[in-house]
Amino acid sequence: MKNLLILGAGTAGTMMANHLRHKLYKDKWNITIVDQYKTHYYQPGFLFLPFDTYTEKQVKKVGKKFIPKDVNYIQKKIEQIYPEENKVQLEDETLYYDILIVATGSKIAPEETEGLIGPLWKKDIFDFYTFEGSLALRNKLREWEGGKLVVHITEMPIKCPVAPLEFAFLADSYFREKGMRDKVEISYVTPLTGAFTKPTCSTALSYLLKEKGIHMESDFAIEHVDNDKKEIVDYEDRRIPFDLLVTIPTNMGDAVIEKSGLGDDLNFIPTDHNTLQSLAHENIFVIGDATNVPASKAGSVAHFEAETLTDNILLYIDGYPLKKEFDGHANCFIETGNKKALLIDFNYVTEPVHGTFPFSKIGPLKLLKESVFNHWGKLAFRWIYWNMLLKGIAIPFVSRNMSFKGKVFDIKPEK
Amino acid sequence: MSVKTIAGVAVNVSEDGYLEDMNQWNEEIAKEIASEIGIELTPKHFEVLNYLREKTKAKESLTIRGVGKSGIVDIKELYKLFPKGPLKFSSKIAGIPKPTSCI
Repeated sequence: MKNLLILGAGTAGTMMANHLRHKLYKDKWNITIVDQYKTHYYQPGFLFLPFDTYTEKQVKKVGKKFIPKDVNYIQKKIEQIYPEENKVQLEDETLYYDILIVATGSKIAPEETEGLIGPLWKKDIFDFYTFEGSLALRNKLREWEGGKLVVHITEMPIKCPVAPLEFAFLADSYFREKGMRDKVEISYVTPLTGAFTKPTCSTALSYLLKEKGIHMESDFAIEHVDNDKKEIVDYEDRRIPFDLLVTIPTNMGDAVIEKSGLGDDLNFIPTDHNTLQSLAHENIFVIGDATNVPASKAGSVAHFEAETLTDNILLYIDGYPLKKEFDGHANCFIETGNKKALLIDFNYVTEPVHGTFPFSKIGPLKLLKESVFNHWGKLAFRWIYWNMLLKGIAIPFVSRNMSFKGKVFDIKPEK
Repeated sequence: MSVKTIAGVAVNVSEDGYLEDMNQWNEEIAKEIASEIGIELTPKHFEVLNYLREKTKAKESLTIRGVGKSGIVDIKELYKLFPKGPLKFSSKIAGIPKPTSCI
């Protein structure tokens, strides 16, 4: 018997277990998946939880439900990967593998910024990238009386790069509905050149910030948080005051990646952009947020990657060359508030454009334009996630590679 | 995309003036882009620029934190070399793409 080992039972790892159990002969391949945590979170829901749009129950389920019966599911802590010996050390057990799939994801590292975890942490400073953070923020917002709300990104890359902007849009709607928008100043602070960094998007979407009265601070690389003055401070001593800071801390790969010497300086694993094979070891493959590929760290990306990676694992087993297929395809709904959303579809090289999705001219979803239908799409996606995506069921009419059908390249750059 | 003549060389640039092809870059081009921004390049600047170009060639993502850990400069020094947006300006001068998000 040969052993295929998957580390991490999040979105990507769970999908791989489901894909591969159907494809690998059970009398030839054992599949084992390791994850120390029992709960599987619907992470896109962390954006809605603070605004009381979703309840706690809607964003968490027992992970075991989504792992196929014939897959060995081990709930233990991973201590270290030894790539030269094809083994993984768990807290009290050693596993050997013929093929390893690393799907250990990314997580926030607030300790990387001085003063973030200080007296104000979880009092006036919150994250919404963890279940606990998102829930604590919900409780804060329920009773907050207003002031300066600062939505802040520490540095790129981050998981779901548009989530902070969506948070700012949803906050605008939330405070309007509560009748207290006039008591809240919303600022969006980014280390990049603006909220929209791709020319098509900045042309098509810049009106959103103005419409919602969101103040922009760009090129801000945080150096520390001044807890006494309640200010974030950058390397040139630029100071932005806050009453409530919603920050996206540095995102990093799992500590086990660093310990095993497999990662870059953010613990992301150098991975072939198109085959998803690790660059250092031919029997190690990487998927989802754990890779260093320049695609968005998002569930849709993991979904498209999983289809290519499944094929490549089968090719690798049979000794064939791998498909250089993955194109960085991402497909994301972006909430813009007022029960509307945008949809974007893009890849490594093609920027988001106008058009209809998934059917040319018919839609029903509109690309890069606000619509109520897109918002319903985003809400419906939670069902799709639990019932289709995790189980490795292909989403009808949405292909792994970006399609150019129905796309309209009509956005001219501003002069 | 348009063609712009920088330091006597016709190069392809993006709407915001970033080189489309990093192989069209040379030190004279760097100096001219830098002077448009108001930066006079020193050998230290070039160490940073070459580091960024190597990282980009190796298809690794660029972060301010990464430059700070490079052993060439710390982040404060990076800001002194390229004030008001170090990655934005250093990547423009290095002839590599602008750091972007997904939208």
